[in-house]
Amino acid sequence: MTRNLVKSKLLKHFLRSPSAIIGTAIILSSLFAAAFAPFLAPQNPYDLTTISLKESLNPPIWMKGGHSPFLLGTDEQGRDILSTILYGLRTSLIVGFVVVLSAGIVGGVIGLLAGYYEGKLSSIAMRTADIAYSFPAIMVAILLMGLVGKRGLLVVILAISAITWVRYARTIRGKVLSEKNREYVLAARAIGASNLRVIGKHLLPNCLPPLLVIAAVDIAMVIMLESSLSYLGVGVPITEPSLGQLIFMGKGFLQAGKWWLVVFPGGTLITFVLAINLVGDWLRVELSPRIRFV
Amino acid sequence: MISYITRRFAEIAVVLLIVSFVCFGIFQYLGDPVLAVVGYRYANPKVIAEARQRLGLDKPIYIQYLRFLGKALRGDFGFSYTKIRPVLNVIADRIPATLELVVVATALAILLGGASGVVAGVRPHSALSRMVSVASLFGISIPTFLSGLLLIMLFAVTLGWFPASGRGETVRIGFWSTGFLTGDGLLHLVLPAITLSLYQVAMILRLVRAEMVEVLSHDYVRSAWAKGLPRVKVICKHALRNALIPVVTVVGLQFGEMLGFSIVTETIFQWPGLGKLLIDTLYNNDSPVIVVYIMFMALVISLINLAVDIGYGFLDPRICYD
Repeated sequence: MTRNLVKSKLLKHFLRSPSAIIGTAIILSSLFAAAFAPFLAPQNPYDLTTISLKESLNPPIWMKGGHSPFLLGTDEQGRDILSTILYGLRTSLIVGFVVVLSAGIVGGVIGLLAGYYEGKLSSIAMRTADIAYSFPAIMVAILLMGLVGKRGLLVVILAISAITWVRYARTIRGKVLSEKNREYVLAARAIGASNLRVIGKHLLPNCLPPLLVIAAVDIAMVIMLESSLSYLGVGVPITEPSLGQLIFMGKGFLQAGKWWLVVFPGGTLITFVLAINLVGDWLRVELSPRIRFV
Repeated sequence: MISYITRRFAEIAVVLLIVSFVCFGIFQYLGDPVLAVVGYRYANPKVIAEARQRLGLDKPIYIQYLRFLGKALRGDFGFSYTKIRPVLNVIADRIPATLELVVVATALAILLGGASGVVAGVRPHSALSRMVSVASLFGISIPTFLSGLLLIMLFAVTLGWFPASGRGETVRIGFWSTGFLTGDGLLHLVLPAITLSLYQVAMILRLVRAEMVEVLSHDYVRSAWAKGLPRVKVICKHALRNALIPVVTVVGLQFGEMLGFSIVTETIFQWPGLGKLLIDTLYNNDSPVIVVYIMFMALVISLINLAVDIGYGFLDPRICYD
């Protein structure tokens, strides 16, 4: 009953916020485009039989020299830019969502446990996490990727997850520490609920709103981080280029005036991240106006 | 207070020890640096063995580590494999470039972000504030490397106003080579500094705005208005001072983030600083340089965090360290 009330209130507020609606529309259409990239893209840019070097560096269709079917032009290999963007968006989104999901679950569980059982072990773990957290994420990611030396989607996901889980653990632990002496938790324990039940059934639902807010904004952060890694040459492999990798491959042609190799993938990246931030901002105000990003 | 600082220094020492150990351990699994020194696999086995002995790489790993640690405590970090110079000098040479870039970018971020944050926070519903807020949303949505590329495209390639790479002419004062004293050096600093600060400007702006909005709603601010104090006095003296407390912490922590993002900025602009050094050495496997780089950064970042915590105590007298 109350839950439905909360939900309908959230929906009402959502429908009254243009920025949240625009953001959600962009996110949903991006998800759709990425999921169905093989069907939507005019060509499979990584199938060597469909590309031709004769078509290399075509400008977009509305400029002199541009022609169909290359709506946004082609790169130096003759690949259609629109198609590479659709496939690149796919890689970027996979990294963003998988990292946030895995880091959120791992960090959430560690935070719940560390907050609930305030032992020596958990304080050591959190202190270590604090110290690790004080290092700039991008520096640690570059070092991890550089030191591992292998390049693959999974390696990138693991490296970025290894940095981002700390944020969830810290936030959730703080929330658990403030919640666990509230009456509802004490009451649950007094009637003999097991620790597992108290954590899962009572504490977790009350700790979710800040977790959701962080997760929303974090998808944008992770996608930007991954694109930066790819730009530096320590990101996803060249066979599965993300948006960052496309920009990296196109930047060499900037001086020659071939701007479309950078501007279109870059514009896609910015638009998507902006949409996430729009929704994230709205969600923060709605769910937990007092949350601070530390 | 003194015991707190002592404890923190002990903690920093432990962190550095762990960091050095981890770095050293990882490098045992990386490619053989000897091959990089003698020129890939074409060297004959005798030359390789000689090089191995000369670099002390024929000893067991733990002896190599202990030797490294013992020397490090005396300030000797060994030689770079590729540059054949003491590692400490290789690192020290790059510090001025990075520090000048990061300091200028931080100053830009604080001034621009702080000022526009106050404006947007005082009148959150005015047209100007809304514009500033939208701009800040763009600011946190553009990755550093992309804004760098776009700035190069516009101001270096198309308009030709600023140079796109390098540090320009520098002046050497003692061990410090500075780009601040020549027109050329300053010109070269413009685009990298703007690139590095853009994201932080937006971050600080959003934070200051949120804090100002909150602080302005407090009772003591209402009392200040009610007393008939002038506008500037209420905003600057009553509201801003309290709004700044959390901002100081974030700025301190962001300084570390700036060091991280300077890696990206330096790579884009071919800026001869620590970040570019890191990327170069990661490519050619120069492990002593990377180990010292990581340890140096660990030291710098730990010291910054300590400074932030102490500064926090001074700003907010309610906080005490025991």
